[in-house]
Amino acid sequence: MAAAARFLLRTAGSSKASITNVNSGLHGKYGATLLRVSPSCNLLAKTQRRYAAHFTFQPESVQTEYGPTQKMNLFQSVTSALDNTLASDPTAVIFGEDVAFGGVFRCTVGLRDKYGKDRVFNTPLCEQGIVGFGIGVAVAGATAIAEIQFADYIYPAFDQIVNEAAKYRYRSGNLFDCGNLTIRAPWGCVGHGSLYHSQSPEAFFAHCPGIKVVIPRGPVQAKGLLLSCIADKNPCIFFEPKILYRAAVDQVPVEPYQIPLSEAEILQEGSDVTLVAWGTQVHVIKEVAAMAQEKLGVSCEVIDLQTILPWDAETICKSVVKTGRLLVSHEAPVTGGFAAEISSTVQEECFLNLEAPIARVCGYDTPFPHIFEPFYIPDKWKCFDAVKRMINY
Amino acid sequence: MFIEGVQCSSSPWWSARSSRLLGGVHGPAGVRGAGRGVGDPRVPGDGPAGEIVSPSEDPQLPQETVVDFYKSMTLFNTMDRILYEFSGRITFYATNFGEEGTHIGSVAALDPTDLVFGQYREAGVLLYRGFPLDLFMAQCYSSADDLGKGRQMPVHYGSKDLNFVTISSTLATQIPQGGGRCRVAIKRASSDRAVICYFGEGRQRGRRHAGLHFSATLECPIIFFCRNNGYAISTPTSEQYRGDGIAGRGAGYGIASIRVDGNDVFAVYNVTKEARRRAVAENRPFLIEAMTYRVGHHSTSDDSSTYRSLDEVSYWEKQDHPIGRLGRYLAARGWWGEEEEQAWRKEAQRRVMEALQKAEEAQAPPRPALHRRVPGGAPAPGEAEGSHVEALEGVQRALPPGALRGVTRATR
Repeated sequence: MAAAARFLLRTAGSSKASITNVNSGLHGKYGATLLRVSPSCNLLAKTQRRYAAHFTFQPESVQTEYGPTQKMNLFQSVTSALDNTLASDPTAVIFGEDVAFGGVFRCTVGLRDKYGKDRVFNTPLCEQGIVGFGIGVAVAGATAIAEIQFADYIYPAFDQIVNEAAKYRYRSGNLFDCGNLTIRAPWGCVGHGSLYHSQSPEAFFAHCPGIKVVIPRGPVQAKGLLLSCIADKNPCIFFEPKILYRAAVDQVPVEPYQIPLSEAEILQEGSDVTLVAWGTQVHVIKEVAAMAQEKLGVSCEVIDLQTILPWDAETICKSVVKTGRLLVSHEAPVTGGFAAEISSTVQEECFLNLEAPIARVCGYDTPFPHIFEPFYIPDKWKCFDAVKRMINY
Repeated sequence: MFIEGVQCSSSPWWSARSSRLLGGVHGPAGVRGAGRGVGDPRVPGDGPAGEIVSPSEDPQLPQETVVDFYKSMTLFNTMDRILYEFSGRITFYATNFGEEGTHIGSVAALDPTDLVFGQYREAGVLLYRGFPLDLFMAQCYSSADDLGKGRQMPVHYGSKDLNFVTISSTLATQIPQGGGRCRVAIKRASSDRAVICYFGEGRQRGRRHAGLHFSATLECPIIFFCRNNGYAISTPTSEQYRGDGIAGRGAGYGIASIRVDGNDVFAVYNVTKEARRRAVAENRPFLIEAMTYRVGHHSTSDDSSTYRSLDEVSYWEKQDHPIGRLGRYLAARGWWGEEEEQAWRKEAQRRVMEALQKAEEAQAPPRPALHRRVPGGAPAPGEAEGSHVEALEGVQRALPPGALRGVTRATR
C-alpha cells in the first residue's frame, strides 16, 4: 500500500512540476483549464491532454463577509483550516502517514514547523491504528484530526469507524464520546488513479448511524465544511476530491469560518429537472445544466448535497416537487451507491410529483479502471443524455 | 523487573512451550498455593498453603488492604454466581470465575484516575473501584437506571466517574484507542496518568498489532494487560498461536514485557505497580501477560464441557484458584478466620440479592433512548417525528408485558 501510494506521489510530483511551469506563463487563473494549455512544449501538451479533466472548475464568486481572502487551491484551503484549528485549539493534534513533512498531497505543509512535532506527527502505516488512536485522543477530550492517505485505504479502519467511533456515545449512554474526531481522506477519481487511488467510498459509511460524512466541491467549501466537521460534536469523515487539490482555485477567506453541515446548497435554480451531486461531480452537472439550457431549452436546478450523512432530504424533495424530475450522479458504482438512497426517499416523498423515473448516472459496477477512466466516469455526456430521456419520457 | 525480552513465571498448560525456552526466570513474588510454586513451572508441588515464595518481593501490604482484596474477589465471585443463576432473567451473562486475581491485583496497583479500556471480562476492576452493585444489576437488566440506557447486552459496563470506558463487544478494538488517550495525557500538565488496556490472549486480529505498534512508536504510557485464560470460547491456546505466547510478542514492538502468574494476586499487583511507575516515568508502554484460567463457561451461550474435561476445570477451581490461594495466605497469617468467612459470604450474598431484586422491579428505560445520541438519528430522513412515536407506541402495545426487559435468553 505504501509503495502504491508513494508511486502515485511521484506521479503527482511530476504533474505538479508541469502545472508550475504552465502557471508561470499564464499567472494561473483557473487551475483546471491550465491543464489543457501548453504553448511551449508539444510533449507536455500531449501528456496533459491525456490527463485532461472531465470538468471545468468555475471559481466561487469572491465572498468578503469573513474578511480578507487569498487565492488558494483546495489543498491550501485545507491547510488553512488546519492552521486555524491548531492556532485556536491548543488540544488539536494532526496525525497520519507522512503528514509531518506536509503530506503526499501537501495538505499539512508547514504545520509541523509552526506547531511542533508533538501536534503534527507521523504514524506507522496502519489505518486501523490511526483511527483507533484518533478515537483515544478524542475520548480524552482533545481534538483529533486523522489523515488517511487515500480513501481507498480507509477499509482497514472500517471496524474502528463503524463499530467504535460511530457507536461510542450511543453505547455508553453519553458517558464517553469521540465527537472530537475528524478523519480526512483524499477521495474520488484523479485521471490516472486506477483501482486503488480513485474510489469514492461514501456509501459504505452512509449506512452507519453515528458518524457524519462530508464532501466539498471546492476550496471555499473545503475550508468551511472542514472547520464545521472539526467543531462538530460527532465523529466526521471528510472526503477531499483529490483531483481538485490543485485544479480548483478560489479566493478563500484567511480567517476561520464554518459552512453548516447537513445542508445542501442550491447552486442554480431551475424549473424542469433537479440535478444532484457532490464533490467533483458538482462541476460536471453544472456544465450539464448549461448544456441543457443551451441545446434543449431545459431549465435545471443544480444542488450540491455537501453532507452525505445525515443528508438534507428536505432541500432535494422541495426541489423535486417543483421540477418533477431528478437526476443524481456520483462516481461510485451505481449499485448501492448513495444515489439509490436519495432516489428511494424522493420516490416516497414526491411520488405524485414525478414526471419521469428518477435517473442515476453513476460509475459502472466494476472496479475503477485505469485507461478506461474516461469511459467509466459519469461524464457530462452521459448526464446530458439522461436529462434528454427524462424530458422526453 | 521488566526486561526488553520476556520474563516469565509459571503455568502448567503453557510452560512447556515458553518458559523453558526462556530459561524459566523467577517470577517476582508469589503466594504459594496448593498448586505450584511460582518460580518453577515444572514443579507443581503440593506444599503447605499460603506462604510467600520470594520474601524479598512481598509487597508488604497491610492487613486491611489484603482483606479488601479478598472481600472484593469474593463479592465479585458471588455476583457472578448469582447473575449466572439468574441468567434466564437477562439475555446474556459472562462470568469471571478463576480470573479474579488478575482483576483485583492489577486495579489495586493503579491510580484511580488511570483510564481503563477493558474488554468484557474485567468487571472486577470496576467493582474494586467502587461501581455499585445496583449499577451492575441495572446494566445487566437493562433497567431505567442503566447508565447505557438499555442499549447494550449485559456485562457492557462503563463509568465516567470511575474512569472505566464503556465496553464494546468487538474484542481488542480498545487497544489502539489506549495509545491516543495516553498521547493526550502526556502532553498535558497532569501527565502522571497512565492508561491500562485489558484484552484476552485469543485476539490475534490486527487490532492488537495496531495498538502495540502505535503505543511503542508514539511513546505512550500505557499498560497492556493480557489475561491469558487458556481459551478463546472453545479454542485452546495450543490452537491459537505459536511462538512464545503473548508476552513474547512485546519484544518485536520494542515493548518491555513480562509474564506473570495471574492467579497470584500479589504477583499481579507487583508487576502492574512497576509497569505503571515506569510507563509514567519513561513515557512508554509495557506488556503484561497474566497466566490464569477461565473456570467458567465462555458465557451463558456456551457449554465448555463439550471441549474440555471436568478434571481440568476441577484442578484450577480447587487447586489453583486465586481466591483459594489468597484465602490460604490470609488464614496462615491469622487475618481471616472461618467465622469471618461465614459472615462475609452471607453478607455478600445478601448485598447481591438486594441489588438484583431492585433491578427485577425496575422499569425499562424510556423509549426515546432508542433514538437519542445519534446525529440525525430521530426521526429518520423523510420521516416526521410524530409518525415515529406512533409506530413505537404500536410496537410496544403489541409486546408482551416485560418484553422490554429482555427475558428471552439469547443464543450466541
